[in-house]
Formats: sequence, structure tokens, C-alpha cells
Amino acid sequence: MKFRVFVAFAGPSLLLMLIFIAIPLVNVFLQSFYNTQSIFETVEIETCTPGFGTQTCITESETRPVLGEDGKALEKTIFVGWESYRNILRPDQAWQAVKQLNWSGLMAIDFWKALRFTLTFTLISLPLVIGLGLVIAVAVNSLAKSIRGQVIFVSLLPFIITPVIGALSIRWLFIGDGILTALLEWWLQMDIAMFAQAWTIELMMLFYRVWHVAPFAFVVFYAGLQTVNNDTLESAIIDGASRFERLRYVVIPHLMPLIIFVSLIHLMDCYRVFEEIVGFSSQAHVISLQWLTYDFLIPDESGNRSISRASASSMLTMIGIVIILIPLLRKTWNDHRARVL
Amino acid sequence: MSVPKALQMPIGLKVTTVGFITFWCVIAAFPIFWIAVMSFKEPLDSFASNPLSVIFGPSTRESGKGLSVFDIIIGLSFIYFIYRFAIYHLPKWISKYSPFNLIVIGWLLGALFVALVVVLVFGVLFPPILAFVNGFTGFLGTPIIGFTTEHYLSVWAENEFYRNFINSIIVTLGVVTISLSIGTLAGYGLARSGSDIAFWILIGALIFRALPHSVLVSGYLPVFVNSAEYLRPILGDQAPTFYGQPLAVIMVLVAINQPFTIWMLRSFFQNIPKELDESARVDGCTHFKAFRWVIMPIMWPGVITTGLFSFLLAYNDFLVTSLLLDAQNQTMVPAIAGYFNRETTTTDQVEAVAAAVSITAPLFLLVMVFQRQIVSGLTAGAVKG
Repeated sequence: MKFRVFVAFAGPSLLLMLIFIAIPLVNVFLQSFYNTQSIFETVEIETCTPGFGTQTCITESETRPVLGEDGKALEKTIFVGWESYRNILRPDQAWQAVKQLNWSGLMAIDFWKALRFTLTFTLISLPLVIGLGLVIAVAVNSLAKSIRGQVIFVSLLPFIITPVIGALSIRWLFIGDGILTALLEWWLQMDIAMFAQAWTIELMMLFYRVWHVAPFAFVVFYAGLQTVNNDTLESAIIDGASRFERLRYVVIPHLMPLIIFVSLIHLMDCYRVFEEIVGFSSQAHVISLQWLTYDFLIPDESGNRSISRASASSMLTMIGIVIILIPLLRKTWNDHRARVL
Repeated sequence: MSVPKALQMPIGLKVTTVGFITFWCVIAAFPIFWIAVMSFKEPLDSFASNPLSVIFGPSTRESGKGLSVFDIIIGLSFIYFIYRFAIYHLPKWISKYSPFNLIVIGWLLGALFVALVVVLVFGVLFPPILAFVNGFTGFLGTPIIGFTTEHYLSVWAENEFYRNFINSIIVTLGVVTISLSIGTLAGYGLARSGSDIAFWILIGALIFRALPHSVLVSGYLPVFVNSAEYLRPILGDQAPTFYGQPLAVIMVLVAINQPFTIWMLRSFFQNIPKELDESARVDGCTHFKAFRWVIMPIMWPGVITTGLFSFLLAYNDFLVTSLLLDAQNQTMVPAIAGYFNRETTTTDQVEAVAAAVSITAPLFLLVMVFQRQIVSGLTAGAVKG
């Protein structure tokens, strides 16, 4: 295929990605160093009240926004350098907390709180998703062919459900004295409030995330199991391998590329954790990195969006993405070189 | 084919496996099933701590809204017949009456017809007839399960949820059509090029896929809000504000979805042997003609699969639509946030549940119809690495 033909085919898509992904990224980078604010002026106002004989006059200085001709507040954009980053990271306060080994001091800063949750959530859910997906896949693979379709159908439901709705549906099982909270209370014989502290909310989020992603892992692994070489399995049996050993030394090595694939996809998606925060309304206790940016983008009471801070927190979030992607990119690059050479 | 004896499972393991799968299926389906049950009850029953009262809804029943044995039998048998009809007769009708190249439209009309019949029968026809019959069927006519559709009525009619539904349809249809039309072209180009540039584009797309969407939105927001001012020198007073425009959101979602779309379509195109387009080229086709008349006709399964995933992305999106659309143009998923943020009364909460079930129902049908395509889409990227 000639280069010109290639451009004709791929052009529209590339143009779209350039306009709506690449340029916004550059824009975010630049925005993070600038800040747009209303211009304020200080005026002295003299208010006088009539008194007996003399007037009492008070002079107060008041700060108010400068209005333009159309009655809107004038704005100016100024270069602020790293200020937005400092506002988010609070390096001094954070360093103080680290030096004093003051964990709750560090967690008082939104960014570090969000980072802590995002990382632990991603790393804890990963083995759970892989493990559960693998177990379901192996179990379904040993079922009779006629009912596998139904099992796959039911399993796909948590995967395709709208994430916010999925999180809500779990939340409604627990909220107040919801049936599952009531069940837990009856079982543990104690009073439980699932939404009063961070760790119970995080547990529910973890449950939701595993419930939501395990079907994806299951379907991918199940497809992989269909291609396991039966001869290898049979020779393993002849060599006296037990069921577990066959799984450990034949099936899992065969599935290894798929396990890596699912892990990478899961890391990418889970690092973006966001819908859980909305669904469980947990912003008072638990927040994530992407939610932090979202929160800056929502207009505050006076209708202002903190674009500059949102951009800075976006740039900080992206550092994590780059770290996650490095091994993937290295592997792809090596494969590509091997194919070319 | 019988399983060799050495591979057969001991009975204990078999029982454990079946038990585990049953357990998993219950967990997978339960939350969805449960919100469906909750949505038909009065608030007191919906959020009761005793599961039995959620199912049977005593207080809903006491307020005179319930289903009798007779209602349930009639309802279930109607559902059974409509299901039989949709599975056996509808496909025949569609293939008989719709011209070959318009078969997609035939299916859409068919689905619409079935949906309409269901809504009419359950909403208009059944209630008066059954209320009349229940009056003198004695025991069979007394309500045993609390059941009310009032929350659905207030969500769809009073709170005008249908507006959000229409917006969702506009956005999802736009995203699916645009992203498939430019995605297939790009996927084909990338699959057949083999040059280094194609490789780098794919790598770039992989990086773009990993980006959190909020990063991109913080790039758009200031531009979209102020677009009228930026564009005024060029377009004069007609300059549009992109913020709140469904079309702008469609383009944003298409772009966000594009990396995934081209990866998936490329892997489907790579499954089609190169010799096919080469022979078309020898017969005198241009690249584009070969693509249109030789490759596309056998690519439909891949295109449908990719379209499903585009649909899911656009339909399920919360972040982009909630930030870039204003209240009048809101789609369904962000609109539901309005319900649980104003959690003043429990009725609001049950209405939120009803709205959530309304959003989930189309997805449920989607899996029923397209299960095989979804599975093949999930594995397409994976198996080939």
C-alpha cells in the first residue's frame, strides 16, 4: 500500500485524534502554568448615617471585581509557573508530615489521599480479578457444553452494566439497613454503618470493581482455554501429573500472555477509577485521582471552574499512566523489532 | 465426544465446581435482579431490611397495588408468547418483507414493533381488564405480591426522563455511526500498511487509550465554553458555543473511542487474507473499490462487534457527558445523578432505582441478542496478543 493511499484511509481518524486528543493534551500542559482570575480592585467607600447633630461617617475599603462594559467581571490570564502544582501537591506540608511520620497529616491533603486510594485500589483488585476470572474460566470449561452459554450470558451482565449504575446497585443493597447490611448485622451481632467510614466504603468499591471486571477476565481466559493443547495435557497425565499440577504447569503457562494482557488492561482502567466515587457518593471519605480533576472542573458556587488546577492534577495523573505503560511499550517495541529483523 | 476416563472429574470436584458456578451466577445477577424488584415497590418495602418484604411488598400490597395469582399467570404467559414470537416468527417476517440492503432498518422496525406491543399491552390493555376480572375470581384475584409502576410513570412522564432518553439515543447513534465509518477506513489502512508509521500510530493510539478522560475534558472545557468568543472573528455573530452541544460531545466521544476502535478493527481486518484484496486489485479495482466491494461484505461481524463496544462506551459514559452537556441536553446516566444527589425523600430514591432499571434494560436486551459478538470482541484483541 502506497503512503498516499494509507493517508487517504487513515487520515480522517488521525485528524480526529489529533484535534480531540493530541491538541487538548498540549493545551492541558500549557493551562497548568497559567491561571485565569477575575481582576479585583480595592475601593474606599464612605458610608454616612445621620446622627444627632453630626453625621457619623465610616470609611471602609472593599474588594470587588472590576466589571467590563457588558457588566461581566473582567478576567486576566497570568503565568503562574508551578503554583497550581504547588497548590495541589502542598510539598511543604506533605514533607512536614513525612518527616514526622504523620500519616493522617499526609492524608489531609487531597492529592495524596487520592493517590493512596487509587494505588491501593488498583493493586489489590488486580490479583482478585485475575484469580476469580481464572477460577470461573476453569470451572466453566469443565461444565457440560449445553449450559455454558447461559453461564456466559449471566456473567456478561455485570460487565456491560453502566459503571455508575453498577456501583449504585451495590450501594442500594447496603444503604441504611439494606438487606445485606441487615444480614451482616445478624451474622456478626453488631451494629454496622457501611457508609460511615472509609474502609467499609473501600471494601464495597472493591467488591463492585471485581464483580464488574472479573467477567472480562473470565471470557478472555475461557477463550484461551479452548486452545490448550490436548496432547500436552494427556502426556502430563501419563507422566502422573495431578489435576492441580496440570493446571499449574500446563494450563497457566499457556494462558500467561492472556494473563499479562488482562493485567495491563485492568491496570489502565483501574487507575482511572472514578465512577465508584460517584456511585457510592464517597467524596467525603474516599477520592481518586480522576475524581480530583473532575471536582476541579465542576463549577463552584460562584460558577468558576479551577481549570488551572484541574490541568495540573491531570498532568500529575498522567505520570502514573506513563509508568504503567512503560513495560507494555517496551514489550511491543521488542516484538516489532523481532518481526522486522 | 466422550471425555477420556483419565480426564473425568471425581464426583466431589464436580459438585464443588457446579456449586461454585451457581454461586458466581447468583452474585453476578443478584444486584441487577434486586434493583429490578425494588423499583416496583413502595419506598418502605424497597429499602426494607427483610428481603422477603422487599419481594412481597406488604405495604405496597396494603395500599391496594398488587398482583394476584391470576395477573401473574396472564402476564407470564403473555411474555412467553411474545418471546416465542420474537424468536421464531419475527426473523421470518423481517427477511420476507424488507429488501435485502435495508435489513438493518427492518430489524429496527421489528424491535420497535415488539417494544410497542409490550408497552401497549402491559400499560393500556391489561390494567382495566385484569382489574375487572380480579373482582370476581375469588382467591385467585386477591393480590399476593405488592407491585406498582408509579415510580416509572413519575420518572418518565413527570420528570421528563424521555428527554434524557432521546439525548442518549442521539449521542450513542452519532458516536456509533461516525466512529465506525472513520474507524473501518483507518483500521483497514493500518492492517494493510505494514509500514513503520502504521506501527507508531498504533503505539500512539495505545497511549491515548490509557489516558484518563478527565485529562482530555480539562483540555476541552475552557475552549468549549469560550468557543463563541474564539470563533467570532471568523464566523461573526453566528459563532457557536460548543459547550452543551450534543454534536460536540459526539465528536469528543468518537475521538476518545477511536484508539480502541482502530485497534479492534485492525485485528479483525488482519484475519481477512491479504490475497483477497490482491486478487481484486489484479482484476482492476482501486484500493478503495477493493475495500468497499470485496472486504466490507465479509467484515460485517467485526464491524458489528466494534459497533457494540462503541455503543457501550457512549451509552455508559458519565464523565464526559456530565461535564460537557448542560441540564437541558443531559443524557440518561448523568441525569440519574440528579436523583441521588437530592436524596430528600425515600420516594426520590425509589425513583432513582426505577431510572437505573430503565437505563439497564436496553443493555440487558443487547447482551441477549449480541452475546456471541460481545464475546468475540472481548477475545479479539487478546488471543492475537
